Amino acid sequence: MVNFKEDIRIGFYVCHCGHNIAAMVDCPEVAKYVATLPNVVLSRDYKYMCSDPGQELIQMDIREHKLNRVVVASCSPLLHEHTFRSATEAGGLNPFFFHMVNIREHNSWVHTDRKEATEKAKGLSQAAVMRVAKHKSLDVKRVPVNPEALVVGGGIAGITAAMALAKAGKKVYLVEREPSIGGHMAKFDKTFPTLDCAACILTPKMSEVGSHPNITLWSYSEVTKVDGYVGNYTVQVKRKARYIDEDLCTGCQDCITQCVFKEPKFEDLFNEGLGKRKPVYIPFPQATPQIVLIDPEVCLNFKRGIKPGQEPVVSDKCKKTCVEACGEKNAIDFTQKDELEEIKVGTIIVATGFKTFEAERLPQYGYGIYPNVYTALEVERLVNASGPTGGDVILRDGKEPKSIGIIHCVGSRDKKTHVWCSRVCCMYSLKLAHLLKEHTGAEIYNFYIDMRTPGKGYEEFYNQLLDEGNHFIRGRVGEVTDWAVTKEEEGKLVIRVEDTLAGVVRRIPVDMVVLATGLEPQKDAQDVRRLFNMSCGSEGFFLERHPKLAPVNTFNDGVYIAGCCQGPRDIPDTVAQAGAAAAEALALIDTGYVEQEPNTAYILADCCGCKSCIPLCPYTAITYDETTLKAVINEALCKGCGTCVGSCPSGSIVQNLFEDDEIFSEIEGVLAFK
Amino acid sequence: MKYSYFPGCSLKGLGRAYEESLLPVMKHLGVELQELNDWNCCGATAYMAVDEGKACVLAARNLALAEQNGGHQLLAPCSACYMVLNKTQHYCQDYPQMKETVDRALASVNLKYSGHSTVRHPLDVLINDVGLEAIRQKVVRPLKGLKIAPYYGCQIVRPYATFDDQFNPVTMDKLLQALGAEVVRYPLKTKCCGGSLTGTLPDAGIRMVYILLNEARKRGADCLATVCPLCQFNLDGYHAQLRSQYGDAVLIPTLYFSQLMGLAFGLPEEELGLKRAAIPFRWRPAAPVAKAGASVAVA
Repeated sequence: MVNFKEDIRIGFYVCHCGHNIAAMVDCPEVAKYVATLPNVVLSRDYKYMCSDPGQELIQMDIREHKLNRVVVASCSPLLHEHTFRSATEAGGLNPFFFHMVNIREHNSWVHTDRKEATEKAKGLSQAAVMRVAKHKSLDVKRVPVNPEALVVGGGIAGITAAMALAKAGKKVYLVEREPSIGGHMAKFDKTFPTLDCAACILTPKMSEVGSHPNITLWSYSEVTKVDGYVGNYTVQVKRKARYIDEDLCTGCQDCITQCVFKEPKFEDLFNEGLGKRKPVYIPFPQATPQIVLIDPEVCLNFKRGIKPGQEPVVSDKCKKTCVEACGEKNAIDFTQKDELEEIKVGTIIVATGFKTFEAERLPQYGYGIYPNVYTALEVERLVNASGPTGGDVILRDGKEPKSIGIIHCVGSRDKKTHVWCSRVCCMYSLKLAHLLKEHTGAEIYNFYIDMRTPGKGYEEFYNQLLDEGNHFIRGRVGEVTDWAVTKEEEGKLVIRVEDTLAGVVRRIPVDMVVLATGLEPQKDAQDVRRLFNMSCGSEGFFLERHPKLAPVNTFNDGVYIAGCCQGPRDIPDTVAQAGAAAAEALALIDTGYVEQEPNTAYILADCCGCKSCIPLCPYTAITYDETTLKAVINEALCKGCGTCVGSCPSGSIVQNLFEDDEIFSEIEGVLAFK
Repeated sequence: MKYSYFPGCSLKGLGRAYEESLLPVMKHLGVELQELNDWNCCGATAYMAVDEGKACVLAARNLALAEQNGGHQLLAPCSACYMVLNKTQHYCQDYPQMKETVDRALASVNLKYSGHSTVRHPLDVLINDVGLEAIRQKVVRPLKGLKIAPYYGCQIVRPYATFDDQFNPVTMDKLLQALGAEVVRYPLKTKCCGGSLTGTLPDAGIRMVYILLNEARKRGADCLATVCPLCQFNLDGYHAQLRSQYGDAVLIPTLYFSQLMGLAFGLPEEELGLKRAAIPFRWRPAAPVAKAGASVAVA
């Protein structure tokens, strides 16, 4: 029988963290108090425990004072638990003989009374000292990582991440919801501030992705289910029916020319509804993959009146001139159905992008009321050579604009819509101002709250626009109206705005209004969040693990985020972030294994097999063993949430690091403190 | 459907035509209105500008009376009453000091305001409780051929947009369309009518009135429909001044939406207060044509 009272030798360290802790907690006083507690053979205060000398101090003390338990009272375990566990291990102990007390985030940073804060630190330290006495030696398990990766979303972020992984020799699945990759960037005409053509710099990357041997590109597909854990995910992907055999279609587009609809007459979403397409179509000339698809909602060979969500039904009523045109290639298949594929990957990069703010939500700006009010994305298509007008800026009423107003911050920096700055609107407004002036020679008015042009070459671009003779009026626009007061205003759109620099209310008549709509999370961001077990911030963008130090990591190890799904950003930042996400994934893949925190639960022999824990486990880690008639926990799946432990009616589930006597000792410690 | 009814001073005075038309229309739709017993001034205009505390106390007394009578839904047709009652609710909720002032004043007359009553506007009740379909069914004389400029004024949507859009309200548009009228697009629907400026700074006030009437005429409206007694008064009452200031009287009538409803429902004209307006509204919907085998009820 081990005599604990003699055997336990605890070393206690309280960290000043510079002034972070020491300013509110009397650290020497805490150390003095803890020194009086049973089993404590050594108690110190130190300026920076996380520094190298701090860590060496622990290692030295373990050896010199024959310590077998270590407690550090400092910051959050999220930051330095790993540091101190490693120091404990380097000193020759099992790393789980260490315990950490948070007296910074939970104490010094949130309290204002030094005396009370010091008392609280003592109480928490006493709890930790009593707890650590009960700690046991535990082993970290290693689980192999599947080297294949999944990238969700084929915008510039997904493309960049997929290419980085593929170039490093990893197999990548790139899943894109739309029929082509390219995302929003494919819709842009030029990119700021250099004004290089968006297609010219994007399409080479798209075709590289399309042809890279390491990349399996699944466009028109969606992830529907994700199971497993870091290093070993099983992902289900729905490949939506495009009624075209992808292996047989050569992208010749003869079917489009020969379609029974001689003229395109259906809303072309790639062109933001400004153009028309046929029932069989390819979204844009450089679409990747170069494979057409058929829209069963308007194709004559499908029945009408099918409700959304229901499977399309073939009517066989069309002459099928498309099939004729396809000829021997025989790529058209009206009987195609959605298919589910299952893949196994070790890491996932989520790059699902954004949507633009719906301008109809601000009726005072007249979008949807006045035909000549456009969103910025519509104007991108309008000035684009492959857009619906071939790059000519012709308004919905057939006229060419002589004056244009660009309204900034539509759906941004506004408590009534979104409070955040969408970061790209000032710059893309400048770009559109330049392009519109170039295309039309019109007078351009920019209405801004603040011009935000931080970025390489951005302020210079703003200066260039000022030199080009564009007008800049500071003030949030009140309304866009066709209420004319003077003759000059008749037939125009009048922008009413308080010019906050001149201190007057102005009425500016223009022919065209461009709304610089902000960026917001995708409509189904919450579903995607659940799918990949991530978190969202209050605004709905995916939450990074740490805003500064882990910007591409999520709280789900092995799942990384890149691009605008994490928050509004421009193309340079997106590309950089996508590279970072790929690097994180590569680091995990090349390490080859993940270490698993041993805080998993296990079942004791007295389990009665009631199965009540099985449906409660959020990670489906518990199964029922028919031979032993007991529950079994898969350690690889267990995340240590403790739900099963709390629910077991017979108390037959134990969780490492959270055993009853550990928790009770901790509670006792904090309650015993007066 | 039953509501407490808070007429306020306007509906008993200058805006009598509003009450005269609203009560029979609501009754016709099966909406029961019970006038709040012993109501007092809502606290609007001068009160609110001079002493918010006293204004809120006045408004809160009406809310407390409504609660006491079990009438938690208080119908306030006048825009100023509607706004001040709403404002009082917000103030009491947001500012503990204001709640204390109100509570103390009410306690001195053994009243209590818990904050549970809801202030409703007739448009809100008509669209959301009665429903457009029920209204459409009561229309026996569709306002076919009548072009109306819907004018909401400022106070029912600002600062509190409770049942309609703050910048582009549409409930009255829908209502008037349900009556069979043609609604002209009127971008000034929530612009200022001049308010009390017509009395204090007549040049500025009359200018506002002129802008509103002129734009309605330009857009081909036969009349304006409004929800507010002050708006109606300003738009209807200053044509002589318009003539002297602009040489253009803009003789276009302004009616309460409830008067137009009464006409469409075929209610007796003399009960709708149509004669009270300074600018007469002479247009009448065509008499109902009885379909074979169906009798048309005209109340």
